[in-house]
Amino acid sequence: MEAIEKANALAVERILTSDPVLIDVMPARDVVPGLKDGMILHAGPPIEWDRMCGPMKGAITGIAVYEGWASDLADAEAKAAAGDFEFHPNHHFDCVGPMTGMTTVSQPMLVVENRTFGNRAYCAINEGLGKVMRFGGNDAEVLDRLRWLRDDFGPALGGAIRHNGGLELKNIIARGLTMGDEMHQRNVACSGLTLRALAPAMAETATDNAVLAKALAFIAGNDQFFLNIAMAMGKSMTDAARGIDGSSIVTSMSRNGTDFGVRVSGTGDQWFVAPVEMPEGLYFPGYSEADANPDMGDSAIVETIGLGGFAMGASPAVAGFVGAGSASDAGNFTRAMGEITAAESPEWTIPAMDYLGVPTGIDIRLVVDTGLAPTINTGIAHRKPGIGQVGAGVVKAPMECFTQALAAFADRMGVS
Amino acid sequence: MAHVLNEVRRGFYLDSVALMRMSRAIAGMDGVEEAALMMGTPANHEIMADARLLADAGKTAGGGDLLIGIRATSQPVAEAALAEATALLDAPATRGDGAAYRPKSLRAAVGMLPGANLALISVPGDFAVAEARKAIRRGLNAMIFSDNVDIEAEAALKAEARELGRLVMGPDCGTAIIAGTPLAFANVVPRGSIGMIGASGTGLQEVTCLVAQHGGGISHAIGVGGRDLKAEVGGISTLMAIEALAADPGTDSIVLIAKPPAGDVAKAVLEALEIGGKPAVICFMGAAEMELPENVRQCFSLKNTAFAALGEKPTTPAPPSMQASDSEEILGLFAGGTLCAEAQVILRDAGQTVRSNAPVTGISTQDGDGHLMLDLGDDDYTRGRPHPMIDPTVRNDAFIDALARTDLAAILCDVVIGYGAHGDPAGHLVALVSAHGTDTSPVLITSVCGTDGDPQGRAGQIAKLEEAGIHVAPSNADAAKWALAAIGAG
Repeated sequence: MEAIEKANALAVERILTSDPVLIDVMPARDVVPGLKDGMILHAGPPIEWDRMCGPMKGAITGIAVYEGWASDLADAEAKAAAGDFEFHPNHHFDCVGPMTGMTTVSQPMLVVENRTFGNRAYCAINEGLGKVMRFGGNDAEVLDRLRWLRDDFGPALGGAIRHNGGLELKNIIARGLTMGDEMHQRNVACSGLTLRALAPAMAETATDNAVLAKALAFIAGNDQFFLNIAMAMGKSMTDAARGIDGSSIVTSMSRNGTDFGVRVSGTGDQWFVAPVEMPEGLYFPGYSEADANPDMGDSAIVETIGLGGFAMGASPAVAGFVGAGSASDAGNFTRAMGEITAAESPEWTIPAMDYLGVPTGIDIRLVVDTGLAPTINTGIAHRKPGIGQVGAGVVKAPMECFTQALAAFADRMGVS
Repeated sequence: MAHVLNEVRRGFYLDSVALMRMSRAIAGMDGVEEAALMMGTPANHEIMADARLLADAGKTAGGGDLLIGIRATSQPVAEAALAEATALLDAPATRGDGAAYRPKSLRAAVGMLPGANLALISVPGDFAVAEARKAIRRGLNAMIFSDNVDIEAEAALKAEARELGRLVMGPDCGTAIIAGTPLAFANVVPRGSIGMIGASGTGLQEVTCLVAQHGGGISHAIGVGGRDLKAEVGGISTLMAIEALAADPGTDSIVLIAKPPAGDVAKAVLEALEIGGKPAVICFMGAAEMELPENVRQCFSLKNTAFAALGEKPTTPAPPSMQASDSEEILGLFAGGTLCAEAQVILRDAGQTVRSNAPVTGISTQDGDGHLMLDLGDDDYTRGRPHPMIDPTVRNDAFIDALARTDLAAILCDVVIGYGAHGDPAGHLVALVSAHGTDTSPVLITSVCGTDGDPQGRAGQIAKLEEAGIHVAPSNADAAKWALAAIGAG
């Protein structure tokens, strides 16, 4: 018991003392260790082609065409089914990706370094709203945008970041929380703060005014631009807490559209997997629950560090997504998550909750004991590939992941 | 054919989540095929066009304008939906109830109330010990309302609590008053210098109420659970409670109410009272006379216990005149277990043959001859149903049957009020009696366990009962005596 508390204190300390800094944008081939041609990294725990959901398959065929590994989508699908590509979770390569979470060699990756512990984590650039690959979009428009991100935007952004000597993320989050962001469904403030921090350097380092103008407009036009930065940040923080013997703190929560996977510090890299649940939420005009794909994406990494659904109290408007909840009840989501976490962040606080720190460090023992599953704020993809986002809402992590994890943890600790 | 209607509000911004919620409400109206309220950004124009919600009127909306789009089966429906959307936009913001967060776990509760030193645990029995362990390990004393906890687990829990210096009240602890705060089934009594310990709920209630009715007050009333004085548990909580009250400067004397303890446990308890040194009164319901330390007195009824604690001679009111009966049988129908036991003792000590489903020493079980004293709060009657103190309807059948019997001289029963009890148990009883009609029924004798400070109000309850021709004795013991008088044995 005491050993667990000590191990958990260490895990939480590692998360809380992390110093994540966005240091660069680089092609995945050059920075992601072990990533090779023919490899496609995806969101969530491991999964084979046959069991993948529609949007995941759509994204995979699209990314294969983009990488030049297939002549067209049909060819890509045949090759995927024939086993021509290697599928791995992002999480196995220090990466994360929202929704389908495609990561391949030629994509430009946001590089976040955890300066306290020296480890790095990677995430592709957010493509914007509407029809995009992360929701399974794969037509020419989607692929052209990815090429522009690779050829123009990525280098421009990376140059500006390097010019500034990196972008320290902890204080951006702290300020974003005071401005109504929870960094999962709502990144309006942090996207704006990032643009403010980087725009001068982008202008300074620009060689082509047209590229600069388009790049600035791209960030300015995407309220969720910061999400992918927050995710790489979350990954860099939780990776620092991995592999601590005796710790029951969650280090990954992630979904591939079919399965939900949880990893725990004290149980190594084992995934505890259960079927994903359907999000509850609000839909764009013309769409309904019937169109919705089950829960998907590595983005729940932000809940793992106390943001997203855990920081709902900072973002009352987002509380509306759960339906009956009134804005003034948003704090209760945060308080409920406080029942399953080991600590409160001393730096990331919520003004409207008397500067309560966001609940950090999900303890699987508390999840099982209280029966309170982590609340995750999420976008909702169309169940068919190629259509894109149809809504947004809230989803619960399946309790079964945590009961499995606790059994394995107890086993490892020699408790029956 | 679908009718598409647009309206644009210039320079009107609302958050997209709020707009999506309104959209859902409008789209759910009868005859509305689709509806959306969105800011008129280019991306939203596209979405609305794809959803066939955009008419010419809407195309002028800019990014700072709110665009309402409705597609409906008819023009009137579309117009009604548009009016509703407009009404929603203009409605005052709904307010949350601002309700304080209700924690789901002990850990969170302690976080919200760091000064707490007592946890009241009421969960299914299988989980009660685990929750109580969490409480004592967090430095809290625990009152366990839950029952169905096995006795080995109770003993182990109490042993651990003793190590930690924490008191466990229960399991199956229905009544306590700690520093003036009533917990679970308890009555509103003034604070005073009499400290009480009870292994039974209604026993504590009756004695605290009698003390209060006669001008006394209570420092603390500590419940310990019905099995604390059994050999398996060894009286751990009772002994700790005695020690605590002996050390408490606000307590001048100690009252202990329980079933007769196991021999060794009784010895330990008397020793502890002797060491504590404060004047003490014990009532081991149904026990024979015991050898006692000098500072300890033994009483044999709850009523005498209360008077002994007050240092007063018990008053015994003369029984009222009651209709004569050919019958000599009394039937007891009790909600309170210890009140049932007290009635048995009084009838037994008057030389009557008594039987009961919850017999005290020297009383036979339900079969055979004699006055039947039924504890209707016993597990056999309450399995899967509420306790009769909470829901008196569970006594209905027994009362209806009894009222119709011509071979009964008297029905003896209790009316228990206070926190946790039914809102108007007297009214309920009166309704049963009136429904039956008063002519042929046996005499009804009762008492009201409670105080005028209780939410139900004792005086009002008594008035209701008396108005219906029910005899209300000042105490449960007096009621039993009156029942004896009713059969000419008083």
